[in-house]
Amino acid sequence: MARAEAPEARPDPTASAEAAIVNVPPELVAQSLGEWFRAWMARLRAGQSGVLPVVLGLVLISIVFTAISPNQLFLSAVNLVNLFQQSAVFMVLAMAEIFVLLLGEIDLSTGFTAGVGGVIAVQLVQPVTTKWPWWGAIVAALLVCAAIGLVQGTLITRLRLSSLIVTLAGSLILNGALLILLGLGPFSGYPSLLGHNPNILALYKLMWGTIDPVVSWIGMAVVVIAIGSVLWLSDSRRRRSGLVAPPASLTLLKIALIAVVSVVVVAICNINRANIGTLEGVPWVIPIVLAVLGVWMVLIQRTRFGRYVYAIGGNPEAARRAGVNLATIRTWCFVLCAFTAGIGGLLYASYLGGMSNNFNGGQLVLYAIAAAVIGGTSLFGGRGKMLHGVLGGLVIGGIYNGMYLLAIDVKWQFIVTGLVLLVAVTIDALSRRSATSGSAARV
Amino acid sequence: MAQAVKDSPAAEPLLKLRGIEKHFGPVQALFNVDLDLPAGQVTALCGDNGAGKSVLTKCIAGIYQVDHGQFFWEGRPVHITSPRDAAHLGVETVYQDLALADNLDIVQNMFLGRERLRNGFLNEDDMERSASQTLATLRVTTVRSIRQPVASLSGGQRQSVAVAKAVMWNSKLVMLDEPTAALGVVQTKMVLDLVRRLRDRGLAVMMISHNLNDVFEVADRLAILHLGRMVAQDRTSTFDRQSVVEYMTTGASGRPAQPGNGQKGQHGTS
Repeated sequence: MARAEAPEARPDPTASAEAAIVNVPPELVAQSLGEWFRAWMARLRAGQSGVLPVVLGLVLISIVFTAISPNQLFLSAVNLVNLFQQSAVFMVLAMAEIFVLLLGEIDLSTGFTAGVGGVIAVQLVQPVTTKWPWWGAIVAALLVCAAIGLVQGTLITRLRLSSLIVTLAGSLILNGALLILLGLGPFSGYPSLLGHNPNILALYKLMWGTIDPVVSWIGMAVVVIAIGSVLWLSDSRRRRSGLVAPPASLTLLKIALIAVVSVVVVAICNINRANIGTLEGVPWVIPIVLAVLGVWMVLIQRTRFGRYVYAIGGNPEAARRAGVNLATIRTWCFVLCAFTAGIGGLLYASYLGGMSNNFNGGQLVLYAIAAAVIGGTSLFGGRGKMLHGVLGGLVIGGIYNGMYLLAIDVKWQFIVTGLVLLVAVTIDALSRRSATSGSAARV
Repeated sequence: MAQAVKDSPAAEPLLKLRGIEKHFGPVQALFNVDLDLPAGQVTALCGDNGAGKSVLTKCIAGIYQVDHGQFFWEGRPVHITSPRDAAHLGVETVYQDLALADNLDIVQNMFLGRERLRNGFLNEDDMERSASQTLATLRVTTVRSIRQPVASLSGGQRQSVAVAKAVMWNSKLVMLDEPTAALGVVQTKMVLDLVRRLRDRGLAVMMISHNLNDVFEVADRLAILHLGRMVAQDRTSTFDRQSVVEYMTTGASGRPAQPGNGQKGQHGTS
């Protein structure tokens, strides 16, 4: 019983808390949090490798590219911020994809949905034509994307069509729609976000705007304290009432990790990155991506909706018998996927400073799915977290960025990304197999 | 609402089915089936493949709607037209394939579809406490942590979780579809013990089973279907293995009545 075992699963709180903070490397943490670590190892063996492979992958990418990039440019402040900006679109699109991957479905139209969202926003704010305010354009773009998801989701869930085929068709249709939308207005297919019009600049700054360094520090402190206290309070409440809870040392370790990562990120961003003049502060895109991550994390892990998404991905029959309305939940997942893709599209348009018919939504969606799977989300449904999208997006962005720095041709970038994806799906399939055979062996 | 019949529980079974008929197109699955499910007793529903056990169970669970016939719940006529109606009355079904989501943990599975909320968000603490209490009262004590995913449980543990899930909702009638199929000896014993505890808590238990060992071990009453007809229904002690097999395979038996042996038979040991 959980209660009976709880005391021995909890090491002496005071001693291990100190040890945990001092001994950050994993193997030392393992000794101070022995029970927890053994449980974690059991989870690994049970096929829940979690974010470990992708974090190791990120470390590997950093080491390799730092070692071979000219002047260790890879880990310079300017490049790290650049890397995050390049990865942001992959991250957001991967988070979009995770909504449907959790169901065991797939959405191949995410890339072009993003493109349509981006071009709608860019077109609507043009001062010579529609002159919409930037916020109105963003709302309109996201609503159109959500509607795209609603149509595709309805076809898939009500008519029971294959999500692969419906979204493949959707991808083609949206590609055409994108070209039509690009051709509207006097921009010869290249509506732009460049210029000095403040309304247009608001969209441009989604990616390129920066927050004042002092404000960055204050904002970071507020966020870290808020997350830290929520984590600490809920964990200690669970410990007090004798529920299954991580040891206090582990909670502190988590909070410390979040704080350290935040401080490092803000410190890097606050370094002046410009060769001439000043370019410093946290780019807007970081809080935007973190906000998407935070809201979707809460939705998927702390609400009934999220629980049902996992249940459907794990065993649709069980969900149906429990009274879950499968069609509604599935449709909502496609809506949320397309909506999130719209956010990614806005970031992409901002990154490019406009939209053009070079937009490669087909490749983008493959990178998005790759990022989600590399991050640890299963293609078989039921296993995955929003955080996987962010980590996997960083891997894809890291490979892209590192090879760009080395002036390696794009063909090698494709090959390396493909190989990384292969490794990721192999880990996914192997861990899934060991999970099922593991439980069979215990019967 | 049930006060009128509370004082005569022995006379009035919790659920009484009369004249149930069900057909699927031209195929008639149930012919004029009567069934009594008394509280505090385990009723085993037996029958060969295709006898209509699953159809009857699904009619009671509200998954199928009967074409003819009546349900009496605590003596009152009721209509069960959807799983929601059944759940509302206090009928819970534990299906053969367990209906558990492997990727969710024990607490999440036990509350699936009926999550408790606080301020619109899942109230995990409250759910975990209730789940752990239910498991404790059923003495399901072999799981290491109620936060471990169901995929990591053994077959018997999974069955126990599925049963506990059914019991948790103040259910009055629990139907178990082949609860010991595919279980080893120790796991089977664990599940049968659990079935006895449900009965001791005053629940009506209906157990579909092919396994006559299990049936004679825990069932107080036997109901035998043959090709959609209820061919025998009585206290377990009035049957022997031979007669049950005859009923299941031919629909009739030359079993002698054993009126004196009814009170304490093989089932009276627990």
